[in-house]
Parts: sequence; C-alpha cells; structure tokens
Amino acid sequence: MRESKLGLDFKKVESARTMAGEIAGQVQQFVENYTTVAVERTLCRLVGIDGTDIDGIPLPNLVVDAVSQKGILGDGVLRFLGIAVSRTGKSPVQIAGEIAAGEFDFSCLEINKPENIARALSPYIEDSVSRIRAKRQSREEGIKKYGEGPRPLLYVIVATGNIYEDAVQAQAAARQGADIVAVIRTTGQSLLDYVPYGATTEGFGGTYATQENFRIMRKALDQIMPETGRYVRLCNYCSGLCMPEIAIMGALEGLDVMLNDALYGILFRDINMQRTLVDQYFSRIINGFAGVIINTGEDNYLTTADAFEEAHTVLASDFINEQLAIIAGIPEEQMGLGHAFEMDPELENAFLYELAQAQMTREIFPRAPLKYMPPTKFMTGNIFKGHIQDALFNIAGIWTGQGIQLLGMPTEAIHTPFMSDRYLSIENARYIFNNFKDIGREIEFTKDGIIRRRASEVLDNACKLLEDVKEEGLFTALEKGKFAGVRRHREGGKGLDGVTRKSPLYWNPFIELFKGKR
Amino acid sequence: MGGGLYSTEVQDFDKTLDLKRVKPYGDTMNDGKVQLSFTLPVPSGPEAIEAAKQLIRSMGMDNPQVVFTKELTPGFTFFNAYGSLRHTVNYTTIRVPKVDSKVMDMQQVDDYIREHIGRKLVMVGASTGSDAHTVGIDAIMNMKGYAGHYGLERYAMIEAHNLGSQVSNEELIAKAIHHSADAVLVSQTVTQKDIHIKNCTELIEMAEAEGIRNRMILVCGGPRISHELAKELGFDAGFGVNTYANDVASFVAQEYVKRKAKQ
Repeated sequence: MRESKLGLDFKKVESARTMAGEIAGQVQQFVENYTTVAVERTLCRLVGIDGTDIDGIPLPNLVVDAVSQKGILGDGVLRFLGIAVSRTGKSPVQIAGEIAAGEFDFSCLEINKPENIARALSPYIEDSVSRIRAKRQSREEGIKKYGEGPRPLLYVIVATGNIYEDAVQAQAAARQGADIVAVIRTTGQSLLDYVPYGATTEGFGGTYATQENFRIMRKALDQIMPETGRYVRLCNYCSGLCMPEIAIMGALEGLDVMLNDALYGILFRDINMQRTLVDQYFSRIINGFAGVIINTGEDNYLTTADAFEEAHTVLASDFINEQLAIIAGIPEEQMGLGHAFEMDPELENAFLYELAQAQMTREIFPRAPLKYMPPTKFMTGNIFKGHIQDALFNIAGIWTGQGIQLLGMPTEAIHTPFMSDRYLSIENARYIFNNFKDIGREIEFTKDGIIRRRASEVLDNACKLLEDVKEEGLFTALEKGKFAGVRRHREGGKGLDGVTRKSPLYWNPFIELFKGKR
Repeated sequence: MGGGLYSTEVQDFDKTLDLKRVKPYGDTMNDGKVQLSFTLPVPSGPEAIEAAKQLIRSMGMDNPQVVFTKELTPGFTFFNAYGSLRHTVNYTTIRVPKVDSKVMDMQQVDDYIREHIGRKLVMVGASTGSDAHTVGIDAIMNMKGYAGHYGLERYAMIEAHNLGSQVSNEELIAKAIHHSADAVLVSQTVTQKDIHIKNCTELIEMAEAEGIRNRMILVCGGPRISHELAKELGFDAGFGVNTYANDVASFVAQEYVKRKAKQ
C-alpha cells in the first residue's frame, strides 16, 4: 500500500485506472481499423520522402493525394511504394518527384505478380529507424554528459514568429536557467493539413513547426549546453491535423518533448474525433520510440470550464490519456500528464484547493513527469499581481514535486514573452524552488482538513465521470460535452475526409517495429 | 549622491493640480514620476546605463534614475528605471467616443428585452479568422461567464450561439443568417501584426456584400479592441478590457430598440 499525504483511497485510484483502460480499449478497437492522410504522409516521410514541388506543396501530400485518387489509400501508401520501388528500381523520393511532376506511370501497379514489398522498402525503413535511434542516443548521452536541472524542470516558451530570433531567445532562456524551451506554433497551424517546409520567419503569435525549424532550434540549444552545463530540452506541438507528421519530424531532429494530447484537437480546434484518435495513436507510437516526453493538454479544459467545479474532468482525462499512451507503448517516464493552476484568485482558500489537486495528481501518477500549467485565465494585465499569482503557482509546484513547471509570465494576456519577462519568471521560480525546496517533506495535511477533503472529492467525481464515459463510450461522451463543456459531433469538425478504413492488404510495419523495439 | 528616490533636494515646482496641465503622479502633485522597464541590445556596464538614461531623457523625462540592471544574455541588458516627465496633457479637452447606452445587469437586461422587445434576442458569436483563443468569446457567452458576470447563455431573453474559435468570416455570416441573428459578436484575442484589424475589416466587407450589414448589430471585442477602433472599422460598438456580458447585452438590447423606433 502506497502512503498518501492526502489519505487517498488507492483502491478508488485503481478502479479509475481500470475504467479508463476499458475506455481506451474501446477507442483502440476503432482506431485499429482506420488510417488517415496524416498517418500515410508520416509513412512517406519514414521512407525518406521530403521536400516540395515547385509550388511549395510537400511531396508527402502529393503522394498521398495521388494514392487516394487511385482509390488505394486503404491499402496504405507503403504498399503502393513497395510495389513501385520493386518494379521501377527507383527510390521512394524519386517516385515522389515523378508523381509531383505528373510523370509517374501508375500502370506498374497493374501487373498482377506478388512482390516482397517489405524487402523493397527495408533499406529506407532501416535508415529512418537508425536515424531516430541515433537521436535518442544523442539525447541520452547529452543528459549523461551535461546533467539535468532539478525537478520541476523549468519550461518556457519562445514565440517570435521568426525561427532565427527564436534561436536567440532560446539561448538566452537556457542561459537564464530554462530546462525546456518550447517554440509556440503560429496561430492556425493546427488546422493546416500539411506541414510547411523549410526555415520560416513569419508567423502570428508563434513560429511554424517545420523540420528545418526544428533543426535550427536543436542546433542552437546544442551549442549552448557546454555553457549551461545542463541538458536543455526542445519542445514543440504534435497536435492539430498533422500529429504523426510532426512527431516524426521531431523524432528525426532530436526534439525531447511534444505536446501530444488525445482529445485536445477535438475539443479546442474542432478537429474531427475519429481523425484525431487515429492520428494520436501513431504519433504517440513514434514519440514512445523516440524517447520523447509527451505533454497532455488537460490544462486547457480549465480555460473554458471552471477550475474548481470541473477539476475532476482534468483527472478523468489524465487517466484516459495515460491508458491511451500505454496502448501506444509510451512508458510512464515519458507521460507528461497535464493539469493547471487556474482557480479564480478571488475564491477563498483557492491555494489550498490547488495544492490538494496538485498533490493528488502527483500521488496518482507517481512516475509521470507531470506538466503543471500556470495561471492564464485570471491574468489581467496587472503584471505586478500576475507575478504574485505565478509565485503561488511556483510554491504549489515545488511543494508537490511536479515534473515540468510551465512558467507563467507576468505579461500573460498581454503579449508573447519578452526576453525580460522570461528572466523575471525564471528568477521567480528559482527563488521559490530554492527557498521551499523540502517543504513537501516537512508539512503534513490535517486529517479531515480542507486539502484532504478536496482531493478525495475530486477523485470521487472523476470516478463517477469515468464510469459514465465507460458506459456510453468516449465518442458519445465527447458528443455530450463531458470534457471542458465542449460538445463535438462524431461526424463533425475538420479532417474527417482524411480518415480511411484499412483494407485487408493494409501494411504499416512501423507500429510493431516502434512498439516492439527500443 | 544626488536625486535618488530618497532625494531630499528641494523640489521646485508648482504642487497644485491643474487639469489643463496634468502630469504623472508619484507621491507629490506634478512630480511627473514614471516607472519604466525595458531591455537594450547592448552589454551591461556604465555605457549601458548612460545609454538608458539618454533614452529616458529623449522620452521627455528629467532626472533619469536607473535603479536595476541585469544582463539577460550576453549583449542584452534589462533596466528598471524612473524619470520625471516634462510633458503635460490637457485633460479638460479630451473627448473619447464611448458606447452610448446604459449598463444594466442580467436581470435588468432580461426585463428590458421582455418589456421593449417581447421576444428573445438572437446573438451569434465567434472568435474569427485564425484566432484560436476562445477565452474572450467564452467570457462573454458561456453560461458561467467571467469574473462574476454571467455569460449570455444564461440570459433568459437571449438566444446565444457560441461558434467557438477559428471560425471563418464566411461561416460566421452564414450562421448569423441561418439563426436570423439580431447581433453578431466577434472576438479577437491575437493581435500580432494587426491580424485582428484584417479579420474585422473583412467581416464588415462581407456583411455589406451579403446585404446584412444594416439588419444586424455588429459588435467586436477583445483585449486590444476599443470602442473607437471598432467604430472606425465599421462595427456598431467595441468592448475592450473590463467589459463583460452585461455590457454587451445592454448595448445590443438598447441599440435594437433604438433602431426599431427609427423605422
């Protein structure tokens, strides 16, 4: 029996986990029968197809569109490429180039003769797998060589829109003590059904996620690590309509952390639920294999729903995200489950409730590098008060042993952070983390006090919600608005036309390859 | 040591308030005290401090005081500083366009609509364009509301349709026509590179092209929206920071009644 500072009933925790496992299992039954254009584009990238045509359209899009037009997307793009490679003797990227130029002769598909598609593609597959493995090793070596910051890791964002400016900001943040630098994506990227190509210098409220931009940022952070004497992680966003594509680009370029939530796109970007649930599975398989820490986005629930009344939806979603991550082969040490410090500052004892919930999340997911999000909803533009709200958040973070502390900025709700905002926030966190270092070990919570009662109430409500969701299924729960108060229809939202049922010929060797070996 | 924050030097200026010549106030009338923080792309050191002081002087301030510096990263120095502003402003001649309606609370708005309109007012709202933030439109429309002000969904006499974020202007207009909306509410949170102005202008143009501009009350809101800017862009009203659902509802209800009376 684990010891709980909150007097949590771990039998209830286990029953919640079992229910979430059943919910995730139901989802998985659906997921396994489908593929999406994003998954297939990812497979193109995994056999070396990259670049664009003269109009700037990414080659993976052109290949998948062509295969789709032939009506054979359900067989999977790798089946097509395997046959094409073995019959033409050309590489996948050459074939993609010919498709882009309108020169590829699809009649080679019509010859009715068995082919060993696995053998035809195996050099390309092995090449990608070894590149990803090498990036994983280089992270492990970097951590061994430079060490890591103490937990919670300090996570800051850069968001200038210009990747070269972002690199300067990221190096500055690393020097100031940041352990994780995330490049916020430009507004609207989540709804693009392709990933832009090359280095970019224009964006709204953020910078495009592109493979080249990933490379530029990774290099900037690698350069700074001998100086910081600390491994600095790079983070981006595996969400929207290109979840698995972004995952593979991150895996190939040595990203360390990825926002990768199973439900976020459905709720907050109105992406079709079938699309996102299929996409999240493959994206997480990639992240699991690449050793990337995923961050889930439950904090967002509390920007629309009330943090006091709806805390249990965050916990219930953490349970579901955990189970979906397990199915995708992600170890607990890579599950940055999300929660947030978002209560109304006018609420009496709000800090006690926040502390209760943070401690509860810590105890329920003991090995996960929990991602704790700062106040945003009640940041007002009063930067002086905002700095204090962030201080309270930091106290809760160190007290309850969070894994990743996403630092709040005093200028939240005003602009994307200035270099000086980041400095002030890191200084705030370091001051508090140092002064409060062992407070969690020193202080116990009163039996039957506000904190213990709050934690058990949230757990009870999460159990009730999970039971409902288990009964009606996740799809129906989403349709009824059980999470974040947002209702989404099974057939609604963006990207449904990119979902295809797999045929009996469908082939994607990476699922077993990535889940099986590390 | 001269002129620090604890300066005891004789302060030789008129200490009576003159609304024709208003200056910032620190702790003495007309002391002109201004608090500043900024970063210069130069290394820290005496030259950096001097550079900051010269800039503060050219902002129109006397007695610049750099109270804190920190090199954030090589070549970038952060300053906290103070100065005494020379400039004044004539407060008596300032005229700011304001939303011209009485602000009522939820109950009063519902009563007003019942009494003067006799049916529910239909309002369709969205965060438009590429703007992914729902926080603004949710604060106004969601049942729960924000900071103790219930959202429009809770009003008995308002039929509120919240379309959420990243809604295109086309879609918003189509939905407004579909629901026979009396008012369209647009939220803009992201304002980088003035994207909000582009989104808002486009909506007005499309509403005009669709011939609904005069059939519906068009309102926009967001942290960087002012009533003045909204009017300039062609909206009927704009709601910025510290305005809530009841401000919007009060305006729409009264504006609706005003328009009906004119017909």
